[in-house]
Amino acid sequence: MFCEKAAEMIRDLQRMNEGQLPAFNEDGLRQVLQEMESLYEQNQTDVNEAKAEGRADLIPSIKLRHTCLLRNQRCVSAYLYDRLLRIRALRWEYGSVLPANVRFHMCAEELQWFSHYKKSLASFMRSLGSDGLDVTQDVKPPKSLYIQVRCVKDHGEFEIDDGTVILLKKNSQHFLPRWKCEQLIRQGVLEHVMS
Amino acid sequence: MSDLLSDEVPQDDSMEDVMTPSELISKLEEAWQNEKFSPELLQNKSEVVECVMEQLTHMESNLLRVKKGDAKASIHRMEIDRIRFVLSSYLRSRLQKIEKFFPHVLEREKSRGEGDPSLLSPEEFAFAKEYYANTETYLKAVALKRMPPNLQTLNMLKAVPEPYLDSFVFLRVKERQENILVEPESDDQRDYVVDLEEGSQHLMRYRTIAPLVSTGAVQLI
Repeated sequence: MFCEKAAEMIRDLQRMNEGQLPAFNEDGLRQVLQEMESLYEQNQTDVNEAKAEGRADLIPSIKLRHTCLLRNQRCVSAYLYDRLLRIRALRWEYGSVLPANVRFHMCAEELQWFSHYKKSLASFMRSLGSDGLDVTQDVKPPKSLYIQVRCVKDHGEFEIDDGTVILLKKNSQHFLPRWKCEQLIRQGVLEHVMS
Repeated sequence: MSDLLSDEVPQDDSMEDVMTPSELISKLEEAWQNEKFSPELLQNKSEVVECVMEQLTHMESNLLRVKKGDAKASIHRMEIDRIRFVLSSYLRSRLQKIEKFFPHVLEREKSRGEGDPSLLSPEEFAFAKEYYANTETYLKAVALKRMPPNLQTLNMLKAVPEPYLDSFVFLRVKERQENILVEPESDDQRDYVVDLEEGSQHLMRYRTIAPLVSTGAVQLI
């Protein structure tokens, strides 16, 4: 039946948890585009014949194929756009450098989109006030000034506001200003210890 | 507000009334709550944003002058962090809605009258246009250009859903309103009209009270 592949693409994507980006379904997309090309060609033939021979009985099939073409276009657009939304969420969650395993799942055009998106976001943030404001920080309301964190993996040296340098070695615990740790916590380098 | 702000506060010339710092922060918090709970993008409050940014810079520089280890410093730091959180959350709320409804937001901005207040700040407008162009270019490059000739464009206004203005919102009344039409006349009933008393709280369809949010007569909570 027509449009099954397109619907399958969407179902597979929907099955993934929110925030997960599966590999780009290049194969599925190609199949849908091929189906669209074939439907279109059949319609071209029928339209010409309907006009030339006055065959009004061809019109219902023409309409059906056209509806399938529109549906395929809609499904493909939905699939692609949903992936963009997941990629956008990655910028807010992980920052502007994506982990390699995620990049591997993105097609070249998606990487381009991501690159333009983060540039656009950066210019917006820079335009705020005189020095800019990083709106991807301060995601949770501040509860306390300093938090206890444990280092989950080696991260090397880390400088805090008053100039002191901390060595973030695996399993070391530190009492650090909350605002400095936010990004590292999101990246999985530090872990907030709540006692 | 602490003595951190009581020394000379820079006043923005573009603001009509001179506001105290605490009035400014109240305005920020009101704008923040309204934006958070409204289903659609509200008018931009860039003067408030600019003033708050200035305020934060001022507070940060004052903080540097305070003796290290002074107990006041941590309270001031907390205050700065709180304000920055509210401001960031407000801007994030707006960006999310701009992205979610991007063709409609751009359409509204393009079709507004000369004297009408703008929905987007100039920077937000640039961001929205870039988002639109970026997304359209992407869809064309990855799929649309490989489709049959009559299907190579996508009507963004139709493809992207509009904000749902009939969603219910909680609100608190700041200025008394009379004769608010909740439900128009139908076969079963006459016009369902209510008066909104100052200080009262209600749960209503956003569409009914949308104009009151922009005038400041009600506050979404």
